Amino acid sequence: MAKADQEVGGGKTVIQQANKTVGFDSDAQILVMEQLCKNYYPGAVELKVLRDIELTITRGESVAIMGPSGSGKSTLLNMIGCLDRPTSGSYTLGGNNVSMLEDDQLSLIRGAHIGFVFQSFNLIDQLNVIENIEIPMFYQGFSEHDSAARATELAQMVGLGDRVGHRPSELSGGQQQRVAIARALANDPLIILADEPTGNLDSQSGADILEILDRLHEQGKTIIVVTHDDNIAAHARRVIHLLDGRVKRQEYKDK
Amino acid sequence: MHRLRSTLTTLGIIFGVSSVIAMLAIGEGASQQAQQQIARLGSLNIIVKTVKPPEDQKSTTQEMSMKQYGLTYTDAERFQNSIPNVRIVVPSRRISQQVRYRNRKVSTEILGTVPWYTDISPIRILRGRFLSSVDMHYRQGICVVDEQVVTELFAFDDPLGQDIKIASDYYRVVGIVSPRDSDRTGSNIKDDVSSTNVGSGANVGTIYIPLTTVKDRFGEISIQVSGSSGANIEKIELQEIVVKVNAANEVLRTQGVLETLLERFHKKNDYQVVVPLEKLRLAKESARIFSIVLGSIAAISLLVGGIGIMNIMLATVSERTREIGIRRALGARKRDIIIQFLSETLLLTLTGGVLGILLGSAIPFLVTYFSKHPTAITGGSLILAFGISAAVGITFGLYPAYRAANMDPIESLRHE
Repeated sequence: MAKADQEVGGGKTVIQQANKTVGFDSDAQILVMEQLCKNYYPGAVELKVLRDIELTITRGESVAIMGPSGSGKSTLLNMIGCLDRPTSGSYTLGGNNVSMLEDDQLSLIRGAHIGFVFQSFNLIDQLNVIENIEIPMFYQGFSEHDSAARATELAQMVGLGDRVGHRPSELSGGQQQRVAIARALANDPLIILADEPTGNLDSQSGADILEILDRLHEQGKTIIVVTHDDNIAAHARRVIHLLDGRVKRQEYKDK
Repeated sequence: MHRLRSTLTTLGIIFGVSSVIAMLAIGEGASQQAQQQIARLGSLNIIVKTVKPPEDQKSTTQEMSMKQYGLTYTDAERFQNSIPNVRIVVPSRRISQQVRYRNRKVSTEILGTVPWYTDISPIRILRGRFLSSVDMHYRQGICVVDEQVVTELFAFDDPLGQDIKIASDYYRVVGIVSPRDSDRTGSNIKDDVSSTNVGSGANVGTIYIPLTTVKDRFGEISIQVSGSSGANIEKIELQEIVVKVNAANEVLRTQGVLETLLERFHKKNDYQVVVPLEKLRLAKESARIFSIVLGSIAAISLLVGGIGIMNIMLATVSERTREIGIRRALGARKRDIIIQFLSETLLLTLTGGVLGILLGSAIPFLVTYFSKHPTAITGGSLILAFGISAAVGITFGLYPAYRAANMDPIESLRHE
């Protein structure tokens, strides 16, 4: 929180909610991990899921994280998405040391600066398209009127302007994932975090989703995709290969 | 949320709340009725009644016996003269008689009493006048009838100034009064205190005659024919003496003096002292206990309803684990989750509360309609029931909501 007072260049947004202020520097280096480790204790034996991760992601990057199952991809993703805290080492997101933040502040950061796109869409079945898109705005304290207007706009952007009143169960997989992307964009986050976004889709719908993500990248969003599919990784400018909880190698591509 | 499941859960609260209201209304109704009946007897009154003393072995074996017992004119005089604080003493004598007017006849209660009887009884004079001291002095053959007698005897004629025949004498009607017991619902308390054991219960209405006239014309001897032991001849002077004091705090003291006085002059246990004020106190006390018992039963049903709510909310929480994970990932704080589930629980219980109040307010009307038992819904019981249902919602909703909020978001997202 103290870092909120430091000007490190770049724009600074301040989220205010319930008398708690979390500063967020949208500096060039929005994500910095240093010697980050994560251990789990499922039984008597300690499980080292992430070991000494050194990672820096700058604003506007398009990154793919790859690796076989058990390599720690999901844990890294949860870590980046502030759903988890590191066991040791430091993780700085937008100038905030995540291990120092309280639970409420983590919720606030997730809601305002991270847009989650899941493999299984994770839409709420009881709510229609508009209401699903509104969820992140609701927790940031948007007015009903503002969030409804923005949700409609986002639905149109992902090509679902004519489906706003439908329930997720009435939509195809590709359409559901587009709703999920619209929802991820609701609070205009800096990072879009996608976990196997095309894993449950046919190839055509998958291609559509990747196209939307590419377009968002061009618009300046930081995109982080977790996948084991080389074709998807090919869309990214940088591919991080994980193995046994370590960064094995990184590829940079120019387009 | 499942519609059927929510409805079933809400039913628990609906029945709980409505039973609280209905039970309290029934309790309150009983209490009010008892208090009204006692208040009609007058809280400043002390009522001394003649009762038949326990039978001696000897007397039952005799075919015919002449028994003298009960209150006497001397008793009334003693009360008046030797007890301080006494405002008025109202002696009365009751006889069951057939009354005739032209070709109509009816069996009524003849009440021989004094002009100030109106001070101790809730009767109202509707037309004409009540008994006067002149009537007493000259032992006039006049009477005052109540409305029930009027309906029975006088179809089209104006009763005032007419002569009616009681036993072998004629009496002129000088006034009409309202019935003594306006409602004849018949409850234990009334039977216990107000009606003296004269004649049959088939009497319609009351006719008031000066006590002196009654003494003159009917005497003190009454013949009762009872099935087993033939005819009994009894001598009773007065059936009842009502003593009225000046203030409520004098009632108990005067009662003590009165009982001492009676004990000294009555060897047989042929009287009974009834104190409406004491009855009132007891009635209030028992009504309070009654309400507590009924209220507790109803409160238990609310508790059961609350447990049902908690059960269903816990099921809902575990069913919606994934939704909770999604919401947490999208920026919901723990307190947002708590608020969400708590408000759902409150919605269920308050809906149940409102419906319960509607149902609970209807039940007393049905009870009154079908059983003629009086009920009274008090505003306090409505507020209480609503408050309880809100409290139940918060109490039993807090734990499920808390559990929902404290689930690990990562685990919840993985939940199938």
